[in-house]
Amino acid sequence: MATTPVSTSNGAGAQRWKEMSKPEVGDWRVKGGLAQMLKGGVIMDVVTPDQAKIAEDAGAVSVMALERVPSDIRRDGGVARMSDPDLISGIIDAVSIPVMAKARIGHFVEAQILEALGVDYCDESEVLTPADIAYHIDKWQYKMPYVCGARNIGEALRRIGEGAAMIRTKGEAGTGDIVHAVTHARQILGDIRKLQQLPTEELMTAARDFQAPYELVVEVHRTGKLPVVNFAAGGIATPADAALLMQIGVEGVFVGSGIFKSDNPAKMADAIVRATTHYNDPDMLAEISRGLGDAMPGIEASKIPEDEQLQTRGW
Amino acid sequence: MVSGLNGNAANVGSSGQPRIGVLALQGDFAEHIHMLSLIGVNAVEVRKVQQLSEIDGLIIPGGESTTIVKLLGMFGFVDDLRSHVESGMALWGTCAGMIVIARELADAYPTPLNIIDIGVARNYFGRQVDSFESELEIEGVEGDPMRAVFIRAPIVQNTGNGVEILASIPAKADGTPEQSVAVKSGRVLATSFHPELTEDTRLHSLFVELAEEARTDAIRRDHLHLTEETPSTV
Repeated sequence: MATTPVSTSNGAGAQRWKEMSKPEVGDWRVKGGLAQMLKGGVIMDVVTPDQAKIAEDAGAVSVMALERVPSDIRRDGGVARMSDPDLISGIIDAVSIPVMAKARIGHFVEAQILEALGVDYCDESEVLTPADIAYHIDKWQYKMPYVCGARNIGEALRRIGEGAAMIRTKGEAGTGDIVHAVTHARQILGDIRKLQQLPTEELMTAARDFQAPYELVVEVHRTGKLPVVNFAAGGIATPADAALLMQIGVEGVFVGSGIFKSDNPAKMADAIVRATTHYNDPDMLAEISRGLGDAMPGIEASKIPEDEQLQTRGW
Repeated sequence: MVSGLNGNAANVGSSGQPRIGVLALQGDFAEHIHMLSLIGVNAVEVRKVQQLSEIDGLIIPGGESTTIVKLLGMFGFVDDLRSHVESGMALWGTCAGMIVIARELADAYPTPLNIIDIGVARNYFGRQVDSFESELEIEGVEGDPMRAVFIRAPIVQNTGNGVEILASIPAKADGTPEQSVAVKSGRVLATSFHPELTEDTRLHSLFVELAEEARTDAIRRDHLHLTEETPSTV
């Protein structure tokens, strides 16, 4: 194992971390590698095979198969669980791009079912009602890679320590309000810059303060980036929102309710895909943003009481 | 004349360092640029079709092939990309990039660009849980086998005239036949796997050689063109 060439792009530290924790199931580079292929792309929430097809035609790099988009989950209340396997299989059959699906935080049996269905990426997600208030899934035990939400570097590194091969900001899902995604992206990237600056003797204390695995703290200090791909999620509703997060420094975006709750989903999907590629070109972005009709109706995130926020689920 | 456009002109030999671009519409283009930097090549991100005139070789990276094909069409790359390859530009597609430049696909979606005469099957090995790594002997790559990373990888199912097969996964005892995973036709290279996810730069070096050839040719052509043109314009 020690002679395996070390991946540069996927983080030598992550590779070493993997070797230290000795998980034999699913290979780190193969799992993290798929996330590398999604970079610069848009992952879209879909609730039917037809929507999945619209997303694929618009240029989505992947779809997230769900029964309800986050804004409907928020509206309906009740317990939100893993989607029906029939729905997930129907979406897998409808498209050739990778399909993601959500399991409840800590619900490792939902995760086992998703892996058995052939899901390409599992989102252990705060959008669903948590199944465990203390423990997240031991993600090293799966061949299926995981993406997990985070609000700061400590949370991101804890998830990576548990085996997550991709991180996304939590934002505040189902609101169409970008403010929390921006806050979380800035927090994570700011924490990384801070770690980079620290003298080495301060890293253990930083690991304690961030409640993060020491080896991963050292790795971030050394490389100046997370050892896995870092996307934005939670409240993205327009091409400008996507480009904003890309300029802040994430590597791609998830759009949940923002597409199929807009006036013209196919057009909005297409525009967000274009904007994620040309995120740095204001002339192009101006052209892309024309004539899209109304974006999804939003809820101002600051009006949501703290105990109804999704982002505080998990730790 | 051509070398005047080269930002790296100061540190290069007589024909100049080849100018390499990596298509940066979507996918792991940053990893390819990093690999090229390890062998001293300063590559550029290509997002606009006009940039094709300023490079000797283009890499189409791993990513999502449906997305890359759509973005190439949307941003007007298709015809120019073909004509630049026809006039000698080197081209290398890795994984999604191989799919994008194929003649035809087994599942008929998306519509590939038909730049290299190969038929390709997408996601041949199955879904993400079937992704794998293996050791691979590659024609033209000296030394130890390469560590090849296959992620939802395609394979080459058939090849036309002039397409050389550089590497194959051997047939298996369970009856799975041999699968071609690296091919070359002229200066066009296509691989099913992702050398950019390793630290092995040997295939990148091989591609830089192809781009060097392209550059030398272009300079010779411009020179001929000049010497033919000059008398008539005097």
